[in-house]
Amino acid sequence: MVVEHLSKHFGERIAFDDVSFEVGVGEVFGFLGPNGAGKTTTVRTLGTLIAPSSGSAIVAGIPLSPKNGPAIRSRISMMPESPGLYLRLSVRENLECFAGLYRLDDVRGRIGRALGAVSLEDRARDLCGSLSKGLRQRVGLARALLNDPAVLFLDEPTSGLDPVATREVHELIASLRERGVTIFLTTHRLEEAERLCDRVAILNTTLRLIGRPDELRVQLFRRSVDVRLRAPLDDPETVFGAVADVERWEQTPSGYTLAVSDPDLVAPALARALVAADADILSLAESHHSLEDVYLELVDEDVEAKSP
Amino acid sequence: MSFSWTRVGAILHKELRDYRRNRFVIATMAATPVLFIALPTIQLIAASTTGKAVNLRVGLSLLYMLVIPVIMPSVISAYSVAGEREQGTLEPVLTTPIRREEFLIAKALAAFVPTLVVAYAVFGIFLAIAALFAHPVIVSAIYAGTHVLVQLLFTPLLAGWAVWVGIAVSTRTTDVRAGQQLSVLGSAPPLVVIALMSLNVITVSTALAIVLAAALLAFDLLAWRAVAAMFDRERLVTGNRGRSTAGR
Repeated sequence: MVVEHLSKHFGERIAFDDVSFEVGVGEVFGFLGPNGAGKTTTVRTLGTLIAPSSGSAIVAGIPLSPKNGPAIRSRISMMPESPGLYLRLSVRENLECFAGLYRLDDVRGRIGRALGAVSLEDRARDLCGSLSKGLRQRVGLARALLNDPAVLFLDEPTSGLDPVATREVHELIASLRERGVTIFLTTHRLEEAERLCDRVAILNTTLRLIGRPDELRVQLFRRSVDVRLRAPLDDPETVFGAVADVERWEQTPSGYTLAVSDPDLVAPALARALVAADADILSLAESHHSLEDVYLELVDEDVEAKSP
Repeated sequence: MSFSWTRVGAILHKELRDYRRNRFVIATMAATPVLFIALPTIQLIAASTTGKAVNLRVGLSLLYMLVIPVIMPSVISAYSVAGEREQGTLEPVLTTPIRREEFLIAKALAAFVPTLVVAYAVFGIFLAIAALFAHPVIVSAIYAGTHVLVQLLFTPLLAGWAVWVGIAVSTRTTDVRAGQQLSVLGSAPPLVVIALMSLNVITVSTALAIVLAAALLAFDLLAWRAVAAMFDRERLVTGNRGRSTAGR
């Protein structure tokens, strides 16, 4: 999937603007952003439900254009946040309807395999209206797998699921990745994106950042070392100031955080300096910034930029 | 990708399965025949057998029959798109390769076919009851003139008009009930002409009946074209008018 300078405006309102990225075959690509950032509109645009205002894209190897809409839609699958099942129809009947819409052959076999992938073979005859939210989500996933899509768009696939159901969905996404399915995952769950995605993009109307989660941390945060001691130092400036490569330090509720260029290089000298100062060291390690830290840093920057 | 009857069949099959389990649709389909057989039959059996009153009674009774293909499809088709949107099932369907023509024809057939079955069945039952219980003068009045031709010809044409009006309303409304009321209202105008024919205000020859039927057929085709042009995936999904590029 290749997206180049794609924008969508609804009159004066900008849904997303000048978005460019590429997603490789078999990649799990996370699409993050606050509410109203334009994530769902981007997905709908790439899924040919919405026409872009400007820019271009290639989806599942096919250029995005009105003429190619049906061809693109036959090679992709989209699962919206709410699975949107026909509640008066059984699980099998729901899947049969969509198998017809994709004009699939071996309908029985495909339905069996799709239900097997989400462990729902024994619920095929149940009416969808009688299923729990988690089970409906799994039926939605089974439906999305029916046509063996080249690109699978998942919009908040674990929204409202309990931890067990969430883990099952994560396992399913991991198995799809192994099968070479390209997955475009829109999520609010940052730990989910960090765990599942090869790369993530953070959108807030414009694309703010894109890369592997560990790359984003490096891009956004300076490297640092966290030090936890049994008791605060009497004169931290003297201790830390004597260690080469410590650029600055600050006291935190749990100890000290030191900005450094290379934690591996600084750690031994720092440990010696602390021992020399009679400090009882509880821990000394490189600071770990989660994807959530990256996300919040960016969103906070945007909020600050917008405030007068 | 070309037009596919498989995709039309998938939606149609799903709709018919859904109707069977939808109490509202079942109640509408069951109540309509009962209502539209009972009233005209009583009127016919109790009718006077002399003079102009016979023709008037027969015309009025047969007019009831033609209300079925107006009311029933407009109620069902007004639900067709708005109902899916309300349930959240529209977006998953629109993300499949289905083309707008396939989607619209499937939705139209899902309202049209049951209507035709019910309307013709009611008419058949009405004729049978009339043959068994009505006075021979009334029975011969039913078969005289163009009454039967009008029934056979105008039932599908009125239903077609009502279906497209209902779907047009359904693509633009977010409230199913309001859509159904508007749809019934929009489907009624052709019935005025039929009423004038049934009540002998307009004397109908076979030729005139065929001309009027051809005119209604032309309106039906125009309505189909208009509804297809109005079908806008972007508007259906977001509520905003889309550029023509997302329409297919």
